[in-house]
Order: sequence, then C-alpha cells, then structure tokens
Amino acid sequence: MIGTDLTVILPELVLAVYGMAALMWGAWRGKDAEAPMLFWLTALVMAGLGAWIGLEPEGGRTTFGGAFVNDGFARFAKVVILFAAAIVLLMSQEFLRRNKLLHFEFPILVAYSVTGMMLMVSAGDLIALYMGLELQSLALYVIAAFRRDSARSTEAGLKYFVLGALSSGLLLYGASLVYGYAGTTSFSGIMAATGGEGQLPVGLLIGLVFVLTGLVFKVSAVPFHMWTPDVYEGSPTPVTAFFATAPKMAAMGLIIRVLFDAFGGAIGDWTQIVALLALLSMYLGAFAGIGQKDIKRLMAYSSITHMGFAFLGLTAGNAQGVQATLFYMAVYVTMNIGVFAFILNMERDGQPVTRISALSMYSRVEPLRAAALMVLMFSLAGIPPLVGFFAKVYVLQAAYEAGFAWLAVAGVIASVIGAYYYLRIVYLMYFGEPGEVLDGTMPAVHWAALMGAAFVMLVGVVNLFGVDSLAGAAAKTLLK
Amino acid sequence: MDNLLSIVTFIPLIAAIILALFLRGEDEAAQLAAKRVALATTLATFLISLAILAQYDPSRPGFQMVEEYKWITGFTYKLGVDGIGVVFVLLTTFLMPLVIGASWNVTTRVKEYMIAFLVLETLMIAVFAALDLVLFYVVFEAGLIPMFLIIGIWGGKDRIYASFKFFLYTLLGSVLMLVAIIAMYFEAGTTDIPTLLNHSFPSSPISILGFQIAGGMQTLLFLAFLASFAVKLPMWPVHTWLPDAHVQAPTAGSVVLASLLLKMGGYGFLRFSLPMFPEASALLAPFMMWLGAIAIVYTSLVALAQQDMKKLIAYSSVAHMGIVTMGVFAATQQSVDGAIFQMVSHGFISGALFLCVGVVYDRMHTREIAAYGGLVNRMPAYALIFMFFTLANVGLPGTSGFVGEFLTLVGVFKANSWVAFVGAIGMILSAAYALWLYRRVVFGDLIKESLKAITDMTAREKWIFAPLVVMTILLGVYPDLVLDITGPSVEALLEGYKTALAGAADAALQLATN
Repeated sequence: MIGTDLTVILPELVLAVYGMAALMWGAWRGKDAEAPMLFWLTALVMAGLGAWIGLEPEGGRTTFGGAFVNDGFARFAKVVILFAAAIVLLMSQEFLRRNKLLHFEFPILVAYSVTGMMLMVSAGDLIALYMGLELQSLALYVIAAFRRDSARSTEAGLKYFVLGALSSGLLLYGASLVYGYAGTTSFSGIMAATGGEGQLPVGLLIGLVFVLTGLVFKVSAVPFHMWTPDVYEGSPTPVTAFFATAPKMAAMGLIIRVLFDAFGGAIGDWTQIVALLALLSMYLGAFAGIGQKDIKRLMAYSSITHMGFAFLGLTAGNAQGVQATLFYMAVYVTMNIGVFAFILNMERDGQPVTRISALSMYSRVEPLRAAALMVLMFSLAGIPPLVGFFAKVYVLQAAYEAGFAWLAVAGVIASVIGAYYYLRIVYLMYFGEPGEVLDGTMPAVHWAALMGAAFVMLVGVVNLFGVDSLAGAAAKTLLK
Repeated sequence: MDNLLSIVTFIPLIAAIILALFLRGEDEAAQLAAKRVALATTLATFLISLAILAQYDPSRPGFQMVEEYKWITGFTYKLGVDGIGVVFVLLTTFLMPLVIGASWNVTTRVKEYMIAFLVLETLMIAVFAALDLVLFYVVFEAGLIPMFLIIGIWGGKDRIYASFKFFLYTLLGSVLMLVAIIAMYFEAGTTDIPTLLNHSFPSSPISILGFQIAGGMQTLLFLAFLASFAVKLPMWPVHTWLPDAHVQAPTAGSVVLASLLLKMGGYGFLRFSLPMFPEASALLAPFMMWLGAIAIVYTSLVALAQQDMKKLIAYSSVAHMGIVTMGVFAATQQSVDGAIFQMVSHGFISGALFLCVGVVYDRMHTREIAAYGGLVNRMPAYALIFMFFTLANVGLPGTSGFVGEFLTLVGVFKANSWVAFVGAIGMILSAAYALWLYRRVVFGDLIKESLKAITDMTAREKWIFAPLVVMTILLGVYPDLVLDITGPSVEALLEGYKTALAGAADAALQLATN
C-alpha cells in the first residue's frame, strides 16, 4: 500500500518538500534578502519535525519492502540530528552575515543534507543506505566550499569531495560483493544469509570490510581521517560546526544499523575491526591534537578521538554497547554545539580568529563565557563530575564486558593524553600570557547554546536527564 | 537528622553557588564579602560536622548515618561513615576555616579563589563519606579541577608546569582505578562499598600473555587501585609531582594538598585495598612496606639537600606518608591505628609548617632558605610556633607526631622488624633536616639587610595557629580522642582481613590435598 508507505516516511517527505519549496521561492525572489527568514524557518521546521518524531508512539514500522525502517533507534538518532542541525543552523546565520556569506541556499542545503541523514539512520537496505548517504554527502560537499572566493574553502570542498567519492566507491564495491554473496540487498536478507552456522563466506567478509571502510570515512575514524583536519580548518566555521555534529551522529547511526541489522549474525567477525578502529582513533586523535595551533584543527583531532571512544561501545556487540555509543554520541554532539558556539564568536577587530593562543587570559575579559568553555573542555576531557565522564564510563563498561579489557585500559590512557590539549585551553584562558584579547560580541543564540551546553554538562550529574535510559530503550529496539 | 552527612557535604557547595551567582565586582568590598562568606560557611560546616561526631557511636564498627538514594542507572548516591571516615571528615571541616583564614591576604580574583576552595571542601568531605564506588571516583577525580585552577591561577612563577604535572600525573593514576571499578562492578554486580567489602574477589592465579599472575584478579585490581592511591599519597617513586605542586601552589593550596588531599591515598588503602583485596594485599605487603621504608629514608635524604623551604617540607610529607604506607600494610592493630593517627597528626603539623612558610613568604616573597637567618631576633612569637611544629614534625613526645610514629613503628616491628629498623633510621634523618632547617632560618645573627624590618606575626596569624597548636598537644597527650573512634573500625577491618586470608589458606590447602 503506497498510502501506508508514505505515512511512515512522512517526516522525511515534509523536509524534502519544504526544501524544494524553499528553493523555488528563493530562486523566484532571487535575492539573499530573504535568507535570514529562511534560516529561521528551516530551523523551525527541523525542530518541529524533531519534536514530532520524538513524540511518536513506541513501536517500529517498516516500509518499501523493508528498505525503510522507522524504529526507536532511528527515532532517537533523528531527534538528535534534527535538533543539532536546527541549533547549528541558527548559530550559522549571524556568522555568515558578518562574513557576507549569507546566501539563501545555505539553509536549503542543510535541509537536504538532514533529509539524507534521516534516511541513513532508517536504512534497511543497501540501496537505501547509499541513497541517504549520497544525498547527505552531496549537500555537504557544497557547503564545505561555501566561501567560493576563498582558496582554502574551495580546497576543503574539493578535498572532501574527492576523498568522499573514493569512499563511496569503496562502499559500492563492498555492497556489490555483499549482494553477490548474499543474493539480496536487504539487511534482513543479509542477516539471514550470514546468520547461519559456521564462518562467514570470505566474499561477504570482504564486502563487509569495504562497506565499513566507506562508512567509517564519514565519521572520520582512523585510518580514514586524513580529510578531517583540513576540511575542518578550511570550511567556514558554521560548516565546521555542522560537520562536527549532525553528520557524525547520522554516520554512526548508519554504521550501527549495518553492523547489527545486516551483520548481526557475524558479530565476532566485525568486533575485531571495530576494536582496531577504536584503538587507532583514540590514540591518533590524542597525540596529533597536542601540537595544534588552530582551534578548528584541534576540534578535528578531538572529534577523531571521540569517535574512537564511540566505537569502543560498539565492541560489545550487544544492546548495552549500542546504548553506550548512542549516549556517547548525544553527549558528544551537545558538547560540540557548545564549543562551536564559542568558536563562532572568536573575533578580534571584526575578523574571525582561530588561533588557540588568542584565548590568552580570556577569563579576564569575559569570565562567564570562559567558565562555560572551561566546563565544556573538562567535559570533553572526560573529567567527573561532568557528563562527558559518564559517557566515557558507559563505553568503557561496554568494552570491558565484551572482553576487551585491554582496550578499556588503552582507552583511559588515551583520554589522559588527550586531556592535555583541553587543559591547554583552560590554562590559556585562566593563566596564560597576557596578550591581545578577543573582543567579539556574542549574539543571544550563541550565548544560549554555549551556556546551555555547559549547564547540561554540569547539572547532568544529577540524573543525566534520563538520556541514558532513552538511549537504552532505543538500543533495545535495534536488537530484538 | 537523617541526612546530616549530606548537609555537611553540600553546605560549602551551596555557598560557592551563591557566591558565583550573586557576588559582583572586584572592588575591596566585594573581596571582603567573598572572604567573609567563605569563612562563615567553613565555620558553620565545622560546627555542624561536630554533630556528626556527637551522633557517631564508636562502639559499633559498621557504617553509620547511611543515606541512600537512586542515582544514575546502576549506581547509587550513598553516604555513610565508619570510625575511619568520620575522623577524616572532621579533619577536613576543622582545617578549612583555617585555610580560608590563611588566605586573607589574597587580592587577585578573590571570589573565584573562595569558590574553588569551597567546592574543593565539598568534594573532599564526599570522598571520605562516599559509600558507592562510582560516587567515590567522581568526587575523588573532580577535586583535580579546583586544585588545577588553584595552583594555576594563584600559584608561583612555574605554576603552569606544576599545574599540568599535577593534573596529568594524578589523572593517569586514577583512570586505571576507573577500569578496576568497572571490573569490580561486573564481578560483584554492584558498586555498593559495604557489599563489596564482603565480596571475595577471585584470587586464583591467571596468566596474561604468558605471565603467571599470582593472586589473579585481586592482584590486578590491587595494582590498579595502587596506581591511583600511590600517586595521590604519594609513594616513592611516583612522588615527583608533589614537590613541584607544593612549591608553586599558594600557601592555602599547599595546606589543603598536604593536610587533606594526600590523605585520600591513605584512606583509599584502608577503605579498598586492604579489606577488598586481602590476598593480594598479603601477597604484596612486604613490597609495599619496603616501598614505605625506602620512601622514608630516601626522601629524608633528599630533604636535607633542599634550598627551598616549601620543597623541604614537601619531601618531609612524602617521608611521613611512607610511615603511613608501612603502617597500613603491616596490618596489625597498632600499626593501622598508628597510620591513621599519623595521617591526622600530619594534617595538623604539615599544614602548620606550610603556614609557617607562608608567614615569612608573605613578608619577604621568597622561599629560599638562604635568604633567611636570625629571625628569632625580630620574630619571637614566630620562632616559638615554628619551633613547636618543627619538633612535632620530628616526633617529639608530647606532640601528636610522636604518637603516630611510635604506634606505627611498634606495629610494623611485630610484622617485619627489618622494615621497622630502616623506617626508624629515616626518623632520625627527619630530625636532622627539620632541625637544620630551623637553625638556618631562625637562629643565628640577623645580618641580612632585607630582614632588618621584618615584623612578627599578626593577631590573625596567631589565631590561625592557635587551634593547630591546641590539637597537636591535645592529641599528643590524649591520643584516645582519635583512637577510641578508629579503634573498633580498625579491629573489624583487620578481623575481616585475617578471616579472608585464613579462608584462602584453607581453600589452598584443600586444593593441595585433593
């Protein structure tokens, strides 16, 4: 029944149709004067959809012959994606206006990319997976190069595009192998083909590795992280903020989908891969971040480390592990929104500044903002009593329970190494060398995002706002 | 009152929040207000904490005044004290008003300074009262944040190096404990400390990468906790962060560090290592005791060579904590009682010694021993108080220092006389460095021009020292004040320890005969 099919996919349809309508309208008006209104409208639509999806009744529904799955897991991921994207979009507006980049295409591209992400986390089929992923990526390639007249931004866009195309190629090659050996593209079919006794056919195994490679590129885990620092640095800051939040959640959601829905019968085969990804990401991110002088590059390496920790949860291969990873991603996204709300306003004499040393003695100028950033930095470092610590505890528990005790030990040591560069920011703000200070003002939206994120990290110690149990419920729907 | 412990724990935090939210401005009036609020809060906390002492029944060795609430999934918020915990809670609340009083001369960012110390007080009390492993870890670790800022913002000129070293060193030690806590959670199914105290963790040998590990899981857990507590205490050879941190920290920071934060390590040995991993403890006890003995001799020798007063006292702290390590792992009633007593007494004495350094540092802005000499001519009251605490540090009979050292040595002698012998040699050395320091700073002729105008202690400074002097003498002549409280708890702890060991020996015997 096409009617029921469409009701299941209604939120995605609404967003896609909205995007098209907004595009027509913007093109018809032909001016960027409407852009501020479109920013607000798009954010509103996304937040509204987020609330709608969040309030949907329990229970999962599939449609289009299993190609689209709307279960608790997908809903959890979508709510995080939609709200994160809405907030980042609102934060982008002011920055883009100040830097004369305020074009009406930006919110529309974000809306398309978010539509792609929603399809990704709901994918129940290799074709649907690829469609969602490409829809997301194409929009992202464009906004990475959004500052058309800047060499760095176009370089970032191009680099992202070329490497992204490569990873898509790998993914497709893997998908074709999987199809060839499983005889179907649907996840449940693959599950049936792999769930049997004995070993995975070697072709399927190679297919799995290629599919994973393509996906891991999107979350920028080592060894597929090379693009991250350059793209983070070169893209306009709001785009970087966007990259660091919603797409990471979507890609991680997709990875979880593929691993559990399609290859849930071969957990023993892929936990090894995931463990290695986790180990490499945690250490590379921790070590490479030490020498960074640019805060956007630093955040790139920080996100690599954090992806390593998120993978740590998946090594468990069970519902607790998925819960840990989902919770970790939700916390990670919140922290990044706060930090980027701050970075967007690092300015001196009206020019954006991204050098870390510019933060020197910032607490003298803006004690409240400095305190909020300090809270976020300690939370990123995973120091209790901040929520970032509890996120780490959950993934460590999952890894330990799965028998990866050595990986848990390696993880905590990596977190100490990584703590160095977060501490460095706190040190600069509170007792660094006095120098020229930042003088940017902060619009209300950014202020609210920064303070809100810091507040959540601080007060979350009381009961984590129940997000951990929501993640738990979401994880259970994935593993029946 | 049912939730007295929570009240005492959170009063400083609430005051800190009030300061943060409502106090504005950096002018003189605001600074004074911040100081007064902090002083009033810490005093109130101390007075209310006396009610804990009144309510605590020393004849019952178990945990008392227990409060339990649901917390984050799987963990509980649980507080309670036994004889060991109650002593440290009171030590904390007793010392904090003095610490605030000693900070009256701070002029930069006074509000933040007071907030940092108040938050730190909440965390320290919570460490000694926590009855849930995860809660313990959270408050144990969280203390790093305020201390990092205290050293970093208000510290001396090499404060950046010292604060990073302090933070990363202690963090590295602690994270391994976190993994151990997770392991214990999966092994025992709970993070509740009283339950874990009765859980026997497996101790059959396991092999990792071909290495046979005697004591198995217990040994691994013991080592993970050791990594944390050894750094915190600190034990030789992982003590190197302490002299740096002490030297760079402001006076009040040094006092908190020496008197309270270091005690978390010793407290951790008593609360976790010994009772939860008895077989591993027994296995490693000789190793631990020798480390303690080496620490005493080695750091005493190092102290002799110091040019900086604070560094010298910092090394002396390491030596005194060596006595504590020795005492705890000798595991006799006297040695453990002595170790606890030594920690309490060291809390008063080393705190006072750092305050003594602070008094002259405030006047001369140098800690170089060579910059002083002949202070007795201009500062008789200071000379008297400094003399008193120097001798107490050496362990003069009549002061609390003597009781702690003597009890510990007697207890250790029963367990291992060679360790006691080496440790006693260290104590002779402690007399050497302490008295030599005193001679160089206080005696002699006042020949240095810069010292000619130095003034004696003010009334405020005398008032800060008065309670410390009273406590040092009181505990020196009437040690039962502490020992009556800790005694039954220590007895129960050691009884559990010995039963566990006997049980393990029986099991081994059975295994051998089968």
